[in-house]
Amino acid sequence: MTEETKELQLEQAEKQELVEGEAERTRSRLAFIPRVDIYEMNDAIVILADMPGVDPASVDITLERNVLSINGYVAPSYPEGYSLAWAEYRIGDFQRNFTLSQEIDQDNIEATVKNGVLRLHLPKATPTTRKIGIKDA
Amino acid sequence: MWREMERLRREMNQVFGETAAPSELPVLRGYPAMNIWVNENGAVVTTELPGVLAEDLDISVVDDTLTISGSRKPEEGAEGITYHRRERGCGTFTRSFQLPFKVDPQKVEATTNNGILNITLPRAEEDKPKKIAVRVG
Repeated sequence: MTEETKELQLEQAEKQELVEGEAERTRSRLAFIPRVDIYEMNDAIVILADMPGVDPASVDITLERNVLSINGYVAPSYPEGYSLAWAEYRIGDFQRNFTLSQEIDQDNIEATVKNGVLRLHLPKATPTTRKIGIKDA
Repeated sequence: MWREMERLRREMNQVFGETAAPSELPVLRGYPAMNIWVNENGAVVTTELPGVLAEDLDISVVDDTLTISGSRKPEEGAEGITYHRRERGCGTFTRSFQLPFKVDPQKVEATTNNGILNITLPRAEEDKPKKIAVRVG
């Protein structure tokens, strides 16, 4: 497998900063766009998002109409009594929105956070097709 | 030359009271990105490693050089899945860092929490500066 021996690329260490849209954030902290993997199965869509430093309790996920919003809040902790000598990454929240093209069973969304990775399981809603009869005029 | 500029930049940051979240970061040299905190008794190295399991990490210290290596394994893909996005890389990584002092390898501690690796590196006793008492002759 080539996947196994592949080296992690430098760009994977970079965090992309969130550029403010029209709405400004109320928190003054930095926000980053988490890297994601999205895959689709027969019955569900799975989203994996890298959110290092995010505690499972501080993830906020909302689905409104077809827009899924992922927010991960980071409580930065700095080593006490030390001063920063070298910095390659910054600490901030994670935020990203997705527009879902498929109907999702909103009551059965499952979210877990493990080792700084958010896993969202979005089951597809069972399609309710309705035939519309056409009446003769 | 670069080192000099780096020092200047850091000093400027200190003047403006910006230590915890520098707005400009040094050029990344590899994966993962590291933040290094120091004081007179040692150093703390933090890195963001979301999705990297503790058992897949290998940390070693030789004199003043810290080496972190490990791998991020791809998720076991189920049959019949379709990827929409693949932004999260996986593979192996190795990074070495030279600290400004010799480390006591017996006392090095490493913990992972929510995808953040935290390594505490106490300075070796024999490397610590000795205070020399001045006797009055």
